[in-house]
Amino acid sequence: MDILMILAESARSAVGPVAAIYALAAVGLNLHFGYTGLLNFGQVGFMLVGAYGLGISVGVFGLPVLVGFVVSLACAVVLALLLGIPTLRLRSDYLAISTIATAEVLRYVYRADFAGPLTNGVYGLQNLSAGFRSINPFDSAGRYGFGAFNFSGNHLWVMVVTWGLVGLFALLTWMLMHSPWGRVIKGIREDEDAARSLGKNVFAYKMQVLVLGGAIGALAGAMMAVHQAAINPDQFKPQVTFFLWAILLLGGAGRVLGPFIGSVAFWFLMNFTDGLLRGLGSEGYLPFLSGPDFGAIQLAFVGLMLVLLIVFRPQGLIGDRKEMLINVK
Amino acid sequence: MRTRLVTVLLALITALVVIPGPAATADEQGGESLSGQIGQPDDRSQGVEGIRIVISDGDDEVGAAETDSDGNWEVEVPGPGTYDLEVDQGSVPEEYELRETPLVTEGIVEVEAGDSSTLIIALTEAGEDQSQEEPSSSPEEEATEDDEGEGADEESIEVEGVSGGFGDRFAQLTAAGLLFGLVIAVSAIGLSLIFGTTKLINFAHGDMVTFGAMMALLFSTGAAGMGNSLLAIFAGVGTAILLGALLEGKVRPTPLIVVQWTAVLGGIALATAMGVAGDSIAWEVPLWAAAGISVVMGAVLGGTMERYLWRPLRRRNVAMIQMFIVSIGLALILRHVILVLFSANRTRYSGFQVQDLVHIGPVSLPPRDLVIIGVATVALVLVGCLLQFTRIGKAMRAVSDNRDLAESSGIDVDRVTLYVWFLGGGLSSLGGVLFGLNQVVDYEMGFRLLLLMFAAVILGGLGTAYGAMVGGLAVGLVAMLSTLWFPTQLMEAWALALMILMLLFRPQGLLGRRERVG
Repeated sequence: MDILMILAESARSAVGPVAAIYALAAVGLNLHFGYTGLLNFGQVGFMLVGAYGLGISVGVFGLPVLVGFVVSLACAVVLALLLGIPTLRLRSDYLAISTIATAEVLRYVYRADFAGPLTNGVYGLQNLSAGFRSINPFDSAGRYGFGAFNFSGNHLWVMVVTWGLVGLFALLTWMLMHSPWGRVIKGIREDEDAARSLGKNVFAYKMQVLVLGGAIGALAGAMMAVHQAAINPDQFKPQVTFFLWAILLLGGAGRVLGPFIGSVAFWFLMNFTDGLLRGLGSEGYLPFLSGPDFGAIQLAFVGLMLVLLIVFRPQGLIGDRKEMLINVK
Repeated sequence: MRTRLVTVLLALITALVVIPGPAATADEQGGESLSGQIGQPDDRSQGVEGIRIVISDGDDEVGAAETDSDGNWEVEVPGPGTYDLEVDQGSVPEEYELRETPLVTEGIVEVEAGDSSTLIIALTEAGEDQSQEEPSSSPEEEATEDDEGEGADEESIEVEGVSGGFGDRFAQLTAAGLLFGLVIAVSAIGLSLIFGTTKLINFAHGDMVTFGAMMALLFSTGAAGMGNSLLAIFAGVGTAILLGALLEGKVRPTPLIVVQWTAVLGGIALATAMGVAGDSIAWEVPLWAAAGISVVMGAVLGGTMERYLWRPLRRRNVAMIQMFIVSIGLALILRHVILVLFSANRTRYSGFQVQDLVHIGPVSLPPRDLVIIGVATVALVLVGCLLQFTRIGKAMRAVSDNRDLAESSGIDVDRVTLYVWFLGGGLSSLGGVLFGLNQVVDYEMGFRLLLLMFAAVILGGLGTAYGAMVGGLAVGLVAMLSTLWFPTQLMEAWALALMILMLLFRPQGLLGRRERVG
């Protein structure tokens, strides 16, 4: 076991395509939770409709990839409206339950047999990335990077686009939060009734945030589809949402750079623990554990991380403690 | 502080860039390759060994591979292009056959530059197409096993093989829905009461259900080292909590704490000894006794969480949102610790699978389902009596109604909350055993049930125990009866749709008080 190699490999994947995709989805979640205080436990639902919006357009109907992205965004807007209208007027604990339930229902629907002609059921869709890769400016067979950070052309292209989107939406978040609109949003998080008493239509503001953050989540889902070239519904289990929460809380909710820092640190930790466990396992230090257990231990580790973060450092790495002491009304 | 952290992070990253790492990892070794995993139809994580896959370019064979013991295969191809894929039918074990997907029948694969594609090749049980229509050889026996073969959906809840006219199916499904609803109700009361007393949505409640089912499985199939160890730990912690609940305020705190920690540490020491002793102290009890043990352990688990996690967090004034996230973290920990300890197998309680059906009018149920209905009904009635007639039950309802008012009228709110967690934990364990008896036991069963429990408590009114009972029955009936017209895979979706409708029109639930929930 080479500890330096594990560290280098973890650092490589901490800036890789997967980290970028999760960072993008966490930017959306940051808008929901960090700035507006919406308890969205169903961000993976937005990623699901995003991924399948692109997947079905490209894989089933053979449309160009750009149309796929537009369809993804449209699906997310529809989902946000359907989800928001019944639940945004209610207390936030109701929103938490209905979002997690909606995301699971979506997964059941997409993997059901009757949706097979469009979604191919549990087997998912394949060959989705040809269009995206045809506009790849990098040589897809070449290797780019230096030292430990060495990526293939295709991965680099996904990374450039996704990190670019992360940067774009982080900038958008920053600009929005320094606008009058953003002040109302933060006001809603601090005290909804106060915002309402100033004549603001709290419901409409929350809905706008839900749509915007959901659309960003859908983009992340679409990037996931073009990155993996294949999707299936069981990739979108609720634990993806929990990963996103861990990322957001690790980085710092309500901070523009929180999702970025969080995603990099989270995937570094995930890959490091994975590499370490497997390394120790292959050296025979963990005789009572077998291969599949390592994944389970990792997920338990994510859970432990969530608990410890909330208890000891609710503001995450770069957050502001005062901003995280908000409460459900 | 912040700048320091960022500096450390940056330094770490810089250091790593300078270290000459491996040029590339296995999954993107430059060239193009095709790979995949072939698993058994009923459990895709179990690989099938020795299936031969040949990749050719026109007439030239460019590569071939055989699946290894985990069912993995990989073929490197010389470059981008279109290849023909052929799965050697002769190498497929006799009990399986290939699922006819376009990939298998046409066998055309496109490989792009730098691409390492994963192909999905699936197996089905051999001869299932023919055997499906055949009448079951023993129609008096349970038909639950036969749908396992058709690539049974491991995610959905099984519906008993019902047949006959609409009226018969309606009656049969109503019975199934009643049973399912009772199971949901038993499990959901705890969720609702816990919400009522502490305003906490316990996302870990589903995994407490799994815990109950797993414990019953463990002790009914023979508990050796691990079972004894778990028992010892739970006995130690349970003693400590009970002592605390009964004696707090009556004796001086220092000796109490010493005694409590002695109990906990004694439990751990005993657990270690039991673990070392291993299989030499092996025993097993019938399922009903195992269910009893599991209910007690579930109660202790609930009490432990309340005493050593939630109460300290409440004392620290941790906000509600944060508590939700802690409970999600706890759910992840619990579920995956269970997964590590008990593995991902789907098992059933042995000895209850094949039973002669009992006919009651148009409804035919195996005796075990009648027992489930009976036990659940008795449990619900007992809980109702407890809440209605006993002092502690009244106190629970009072705290649930208004925590501050209850506290100011002299109720020891912390103690009542602890008892609510005992009750909730025990009932969720019981629900788990009943659910496992009716369906299968696996590590994700509780999470699937959790969403239905949410639907039940929202339908009945968040925070009311009777609401959870009514809501649970309604959710169970809706879920089962929806299969009359709609696919089985969507039964949970209908239950959750019912919940969303309720939120639209009567957000306080059927039995909830009208109050501002917005």
